[in-house]
Parts: sequence; structure tokens; C-alpha cells
Amino acid sequence: MSDATKPPVATAEPSDGLTTWPHLVRVEFLVALAAMLVLTVWSIVLDAPLEEAANPNRTPDPSKAPWYFLGLQELLVYFDPWIAGVVVPLLIIVGLMAIPYLDRNPAGNGYFTLRQRPFAIATFLFGFLGLWIIPIVIGVFCRGPGWNWYWPWESWDVAKTVDLRNVNLTDLLGIRDATAATWLGGLLLAGWFGLGGVFWLWQRKSLALLQLGAARYAIVAFLWLSMAGIVVKMALRLALNVKYVWVSPWFSV
Amino acid sequence: MKTPPEGLGRQLWRSIFRHRFEDLPRNRMLQITSSVFLHLHPATVRRHGLRLRFTWGMGGLSFLTFLVTVVTGVVLMFYYRPTAQWAYIDMKNLQHEIPFGMIQRNMHRWAAHAMVILVWLHMLRVFLSGSYKAPREFNWVIGVALLVLTMLLSFTGYLLPWDQLARWAITVGTNMAAATPFLGHQGPGASLTGVTERTDLRALLLGGPQVGDPAILRFYVLHCVALPLMAVLLMAVHFWRIRKDGGISGPPPPKGE
Ligand code: HEM
Repeated sequence: MSDATKPPVATAEPSDGLTTWPHLVRVEFLVALAAMLVLTVWSIVLDAPLEEAANPNRTPDPSKAPWYFLGLQELLVYFDPWIAGVVVPLLIIVGLMAIPYLDRNPAGNGYFTLRQRPFAIATFLFGFLGLWIIPIVIGVFCRGPGWNWYWPWESWDVAKTVDLRNVNLTDLLGIRDATAATWLGGLLLAGWFGLGGVFWLWQRKSLALLQLGAARYAIVAFLWLSMAGIVVKMALRLALNVKYVWVSPWFSV
Repeated sequence: MKTPPEGLGRQLWRSIFRHRFEDLPRNRMLQITSSVFLHLHPATVRRHGLRLRFTWGMGGLSFLTFLVTVVTGVVLMFYYRPTAQWAYIDMKNLQHEIPFGMIQRNMHRWAAHAMVILVWLHMLRVFLSGSYKAPREFNWVIGVALLVLTMLLSFTGYLLPWDQLARWAITVGTNMAAATPFLGHQGPGASLTGVTERTDLRALLLGGPQVGDPAILRFYVLHCVALPLMAVLLMAVHFWRIRKDGGISGPPPPKGE
């Protein structure tokens, strides 16, 4: 990208341009002052936690990750660690970075609007609130010993029995043969992501999909179905005690 | 030369600030462009970009909390030794013996937690106002890298007090690395690559099979040197790009202008 072909945006003074000094610097200074005040009072009133010294021989129950990672730890209830702790974080990072290249909607650039971009905003809020913030709140306030559900007002002394009747989806469907189960589970999973292809065939003439093009669409569909898939798996677990959808000799989903 | 020779005070002033200070539009611009710190700003801003209603002030506050952690963090480093033998004792001393130790630690901790939340809210604002759209795509990508760095900074700091909370939170967190496909000894495909608990990805992070002395040192170096340097670098690029991308985003100017 050569600078010569583009007008130098930064130096062109916009019509309602104000000088940064003092207009912006003043706002920054006042906000910083207020923030420092809040932080100072906060630090006087509330002490940072320091528990007893680290003891490798005594594992606390529950052992919680730092609060900002509790969304991922909450996923461990529903997924194996390699998904919850590795695949999902990578998908989040890559997916976030991809957003500007996937959202081709020119509307809503530089102002708040829901009406002009309902799909983008709904998807983002679903991920941000539904799959990140709410699981963190659950992890911080509602998880006790054995990672069982304890309401914040419940005592952790009351032992909760764990319901260990989880079964695989293929068991529920009556498949006993391991190879057949592997095939069926794999097909179910492929079918889930195949929904993206079905939707493409159905809607490919629509303006939104034409704008996207096949490559962007494939990525959007994959990321979107992955997000929705997390919810589906949670629902299957909560409603039917499903442990895995797909069991294979190497890994399970 | 008819003008009298320049006075010492004036010479000193000019040598530092490189421009006059009378309140003229030109000097207001120079005030920004001739200061290495302020020139990360554009010289002018659009009116709506000043409104907290638009930016929520979240990017700036993320930066402020970062600066607070840098300053308080340097103070904490004077009193802290990154070894299992001393780390916890040093924390106790800091809290009970060192004048103003407790509030330094509190400010460091709370500013770090605040920064995590502020960065999330900043990202939410940027998304909702569509400010990642052209020409700001790549600044969003840099932002995501900053988001990851912010959380890694917090995470690596979490271990350092070496109390029960620290040790086990990091154990839970780094156990994920042991589950990495092919690279973690508990992950799928571990038998193909033959990694063990001493040679896998978690061992690389911790310097051994579990959280101990080498882990404290690694996290300490990452926390105090490597990650902050990367964050400062990316922040400089982030701010510089805001300027190059035409300043804070905003609605297109009304038709006919
Ligand atoms: C350490 C973390 C970060 C710092 C210190 C920071 C700082 C800032 C500041 C000061 C601004 C100016 C406008 C404002 O205050 O909102 C800004 C704008 C921006 N930030 Fe960040 N940011 C950080 C992380 C992020 C993240 C996580 C993202 C997105 C994923 C992001 C994307 C952007 C974009 C696209 C703009 C331009 C917005 C516009 O023009 O309206 N930044 N950032």
C-alpha cells in the first residue's frame, strides 16, 4: 500500500476539527485524575488477597483459575481439556482477529447502530456475554467443591453427590459397536458443520452471502457453528447427560 | 541582527520545547507534534471523538491502568525475590514491614484487574461502534494481540505471591498446556510425538513437570520484562495507527461537504 496513492487522511483537518491541545489533553487529564482517585480509595479500602503459603501437597477444592479464565474452566465441565483449554482459546483469538476481514457490511462504521448490523452485533454479544461473561460469573460465584453448583448463599460444607450417569450420544441412540459409534459420531459432527454448506446452497444468491464470497462465508459459518455447537453440547449434557458426541480411539468431542 | 540577544531563560525553554507557547493555533499544533509523548495523538480531533459517550474513555483508561502497574510494579520489584524460598516471605514483609508496601501491592493488583475489564469493555465499544471497519482493520488485530498480552500479564503476575491461591490457579491454568494436541503429554496425539511430562509444552512453560522454583523465575521474567516490552511496543503501534487511520472513527460527514 503506497502512501502516494492515498490522500493523507491524518493531516487533513476535518471540518469540525478541534486542536488536541488543549481540548483532548484536558479531557484525558481529568478522566485520569478521577480514575486515580477511585483506584487510590479502592486500594486503601480493600487489600489484595494473600492466602497461606503455597503448599504443593494440599490441593484446594475447588482449584480455580484466575477469574478472567474461569469461562474456559467452566467449559471443562462439558469438553475435554484439549478443546476447552487449547482449541477454544485459539479459535477465540483467531476469530476475533478475523472479524474486520469477515464483516463486509459498510454500514455502521464509526457510530453505534443496531438496526444496520443486527447479525454482527447479535453474534458478538452472544459470544461476549453468553460464552464469556456469564460462564465467568458462574465460575466465580456458583462453583464449589468438586466443581459442583453451589449458590453463593449455600454453604460449601454440605457435600453434593455427583451424578455420574453420563453416557455417550451414540449409546443413547442404541449403538453398541465401537467402530460404528465412531463413524456415526463423526458423521453427526460433520453434519453439524455441513449445515453451513446447506445454508450456502439455499441462500447463496442473497445479497449478504454474495457480499461475503465463498471463502469468507466458510470461515464465518465455521466460527458461528463452533460457537453454537458449544451451546448445543451444553444442552445435550444438561438435558440428556451426554458425555461425548463423538468417541474415537484417539480423541473424543 | 537588530533583535537583542536571546535571554538564557528563553534559550532553555526553546531548547526543551522547541516552540513558543503563546496560545496560537500553530503553537497548539506544535504542542502535540513536537512532543515525543503527545505526538502519538493527532494534532486535531473531531468533536465527537472527545465525547466519552462515544469512546467510553476505555482505551485511555486501559493505558492509564497499565502505567499504574508499571510504576507500582517497579516498586514491588525492589522488595521481591522470585524464589519459592523467599517469594511468600517477601510478600508478607512488604505488607507488614515496608512503609506503604501494602498500598503499592493493592494498587498494582487492583489496577491489573481493572485493566483486564477495561480492555474488554474497550473492545466491546470498538465493536459496537463498528470502528474496526476499513481503514482500521489492522488496528483491531493489534488490539486483539494487546488483549492477549493483557491477560498473560495478569496471569503471569498471579503466580508471584506464591500463596495457595497463586500456586493452584497457575496449576489449573497451565494444565491446559499439558492437554495440547501433539505437544502436551495428556493431549491427543501425545503418543505420536512421544512427549512426556518433562518434555511437553507445559514443561516448557513451567521449567519442569509442575509449578515450582523454575516456574516462578520464568513467570517473573515474562511478567516483568518480556511481556511489558511487547505490550509497550504494541501500544505505541496501536496509538500511532489511530492517528494514521484518520483519528478516532466517526460517522461520515453529512452529504455535500
Ligand atoms: C492494552 C490494551 C489497549 C489499549 C491501552 C488501547 C488503547 C486505545 C486508545 C487510547 C484508543 C483511542 C480511543 C479510545 O480510547 O477508545 C484506542 C482505539 C482503538 N482500539 Fe485500542 N487499546 C487496547 C486494546 C484494544 C483491543 C483489545 C482492541 C480490539 C480488539 C482495540 C482496538 C482498537 C481500535 C480498532 C481503535 C480505534 C477506534 C476508533 O477509531 O474509534 N484496542 N485504543
